[in-house]
Amino acid sequence: MSAVIENHHDDHHHGPAKGITRWLYTTNHKDIGTLYLWFSFAMFLIGGAMAMVIRAELFQPGMQIVEPEFYNQMITLHGLIMIFGGVMPAFVGLANWLVPMMIGAPDMALPRMNNLSFWILPFAFFILLSSLFMEGGAPNFGWTFYAPLSTTYAPPSVTFFIFSVHIMGASSIMGAINVVVTIMNMRAPGVDLMKMPLFVWSWLITAYLLIAVMPVLAGAVTMMLMDIHFGTSFFNAAGGGDPVLFQHIFWFFGHPEVYIMILPAFGIISHIIETFSRKQLFGYSSMVWAMLSIAILSFVVWAHHMFTVGLPLAAEIFFMWATMLIAVPTGVKVFNWVATMFRGSITFETPMLFAIAFVVLFTIGGLSGLMLAIVPADFQYHDTYFVVAHFHYVLVPGAIFSIMAAVYYWIPKWCGNMYDERLGKLHFWLSFVGVNVTFFPQHFIGLAGMPRRYPDYALQFADWNMVSSVGAFLFGFSQILFLFIVLKTVMGGKKATGQVWEGAKGLEWTVASPAPYHTFSTPPKID
Amino acid sequence: MFFRLLKNPKRKVLLPLVFLCVSPMVSADWFALNMTRGITDISNEVFELHMLIFWICVAIGAVVFSIMFYSMWAHTKEKNPVPATFHENHKLEIAWTIIPFLILIAMAVPASKTLVKIYDDEAGDINIQVTGYQWKWQYRYLEDEVSFFSNLSTDLDEIYNLVPKGENYLQEVDEMVVIPAGKKVRFLITANDVIHSWWMPAFAIKQDAIPGFVNTAWTVVDEPGIYRGKCTELCGKNHGFMPIVVKVVEQDEYDDWVYGKRQEAIKLAELTTKEWTTAELMERGEGIYEVNCVACHQTAGQGIAGIFPALAGSDIALNNKDRHIEILMEGVQGAAMNSFDYLSEVELAAVITYTRQAWGNAENGDGEIVVPKDIVDYKEPKI
Repeated sequence: MSAVIENHHDDHHHGPAKGITRWLYTTNHKDIGTLYLWFSFAMFLIGGAMAMVIRAELFQPGMQIVEPEFYNQMITLHGLIMIFGGVMPAFVGLANWLVPMMIGAPDMALPRMNNLSFWILPFAFFILLSSLFMEGGAPNFGWTFYAPLSTTYAPPSVTFFIFSVHIMGASSIMGAINVVVTIMNMRAPGVDLMKMPLFVWSWLITAYLLIAVMPVLAGAVTMMLMDIHFGTSFFNAAGGGDPVLFQHIFWFFGHPEVYIMILPAFGIISHIIETFSRKQLFGYSSMVWAMLSIAILSFVVWAHHMFTVGLPLAAEIFFMWATMLIAVPTGVKVFNWVATMFRGSITFETPMLFAIAFVVLFTIGGLSGLMLAIVPADFQYHDTYFVVAHFHYVLVPGAIFSIMAAVYYWIPKWCGNMYDERLGKLHFWLSFVGVNVTFFPQHFIGLAGMPRRYPDYALQFADWNMVSSVGAFLFGFSQILFLFIVLKTVMGGKKATGQVWEGAKGLEWTVASPAPYHTFSTPPKID
Repeated sequence: MFFRLLKNPKRKVLLPLVFLCVSPMVSADWFALNMTRGITDISNEVFELHMLIFWICVAIGAVVFSIMFYSMWAHTKEKNPVPATFHENHKLEIAWTIIPFLILIAMAVPASKTLVKIYDDEAGDINIQVTGYQWKWQYRYLEDEVSFFSNLSTDLDEIYNLVPKGENYLQEVDEMVVIPAGKKVRFLITANDVIHSWWMPAFAIKQDAIPGFVNTAWTVVDEPGIYRGKCTELCGKNHGFMPIVVKVVEQDEYDDWVYGKRQEAIKLAELTTKEWTTAELMERGEGIYEVNCVACHQTAGQGIAGIFPALAGSDIALNNKDRHIEILMEGVQGAAMNSFDYLSEVELAAVITYTRQAWGNAENGDGEIVVPKDIVDYKEPKI
């Protein structure tokens, strides 16, 4: 793939506006990408602060710094903010920055909707966070908000929570439509589907998942709203409703949602491993097929979150086998990454360190996921810290490490400066040690029998909980260093070349660093 | 508390002290690393299954990571400046699709077999209905007509670190579930308010307790002993404070226990006809309040603003005896307040009297008390 460099403009009135209006009115994919990324960083720090409260309370047995009621608000908001405010907007930000540049398009297909989909998000989270200060407190029913705890027994702020989820859903759907329309219509001539960079592929699939399941989530919260305010009984057994129906609807959204948070990571990691191994990615087409199969399978495995609700035997067996099947395409991806590195010419810059850690730690999370799929064993694992360890392994050193890797990898392209490699590596090692010290012991705590969402615990869990808390503080405070590194890079540093990385391939590396405000106003030529 | 310690200028002295105080209390738990084997055939089978998958996962991880670490060591830019150019290999790709598939089948077949054994909802020798409440468990022995609540018995002072924590901190209850050894016991699990989940690791039973549904689980325990479990579905504020304790005893000891429980019930029924003084009701009511009401309405009846209404100074508790009885019997539609009609007439009368008298309510309101007869009258069919 080669391209014509397109980085000069005689069109002067198309530069960024001055002052705050640049950000408020912008329809530029790069500006909106930046907004999304900073927003998700802010949410990451807020959600992280809540995790610190949780781990501080769990440092020792007994109630020390918060009450159980507030503890439940913390676990609920931590989950919601990290998922909907941290990981998802970060991936949308990366899509905004990278998809048009990777496919040789001048911008996203629907730039005004792009602006809208970002600018409703701060309101959604303002509403959600403001519930902390309402009478009765913030939502306290866990991020999975199972009815009837989230309906009949919920604090009054649940209505604000529902509104906030609706806004987040609208934002995600608009973002997803924009990605699909852009990829389907705006690829430069010669960028065939099976030549698209894998990050673009991963986002195309993710966007379809979003369009399919966000309306389901909206349906679930609307039914809750009806139950709470309009006298219906969708989830109220006393009125003839069905509390388990809520879980089926929620997880029909929730399981694809899990892949929404990991597929873009697969794309990112494929690029980074390819670049720093200086070798063409192994098995491009099998990577695409693996992502497609994972996405399709994600619609038929939802009840593996519900093995203990009393499903019929046939359903338990079906969902167990279907869930285990997902290990096949996921395994293919891991093997492809390893094969890409094999006999490559590897260097270990910060993005590569994060990518390698991703492969190892995500695989550990995947293997514990396989254990969770075994129904009889799941009767012992379900709703214990083993599950907490599992999904944090796939989300923190999975999704979040991939986002950090992406930031280090592309930030020279975004702001034209190289980040400080020494500090980047320090950040990596602190995060790597922190993440493992936090979450690995949680496997032990869970197997030994500590349920999740407990503000206090029996004495035999005390030792490893303390270790886990120490790791969490290390990981949490290391992220301040990340903020510092990013700010330092934005403000100055060694100038980056257009190519940035020796082994990098793709259209985004053919433009100057920092990328001009408008790229590919005329499509690049591709062989 | 621990933040305050950290901020203390003398922390260099204090912090090691904190760790010293903590470590003897939590000793010997560094080895609590794996699932407990359990004590029934099923739980042993589940444990073996867990270990089988665990070792398969370790083996997969070992193979994949060692190849990866080998490349990280052998294929660096220094040692291998010219990268290879291969980027596909169909045979290899087919192999690493088929082989994992076969491994998965090898895992799923024994798992499915065990699952079929677990799924047996035939009636047991003993059938116990387990009902989850916010935040306690009720056990009803369907054949033996025994029924009681099981509440956390750990003292609040232990939870708030005012006194040292006991050996069974948060794993002890005021009344254990007693079952006979060697008999098939079936649990019929449901809930009264929100979803709970009844988990007994030693039996490998975890079943959600869902309002409007009855889930079943069964076990045969041969070894007498005391086994401890927990609620495993977030059910509100005191989710972490509603443990499960099962005591397995020999058959004759079980029969004695059933007899004792029936005698207790008869005595309680006699109390209904007794003449009660306010002081007696107050004394009994305070205990019932502390077990059933305090979690929401709080120790001084002040409630929690915005969620749980205050009882101290409440108009109903002051001046409206009839509505007061009605709320306890029927609950409040659409709110967290459930019906407490499962309490005995004596208990209801005592707790209502207590809340009408305590915290200055007697002085500020009509001060009327409720006697067991009032509850009996309420329960009479209304014409």
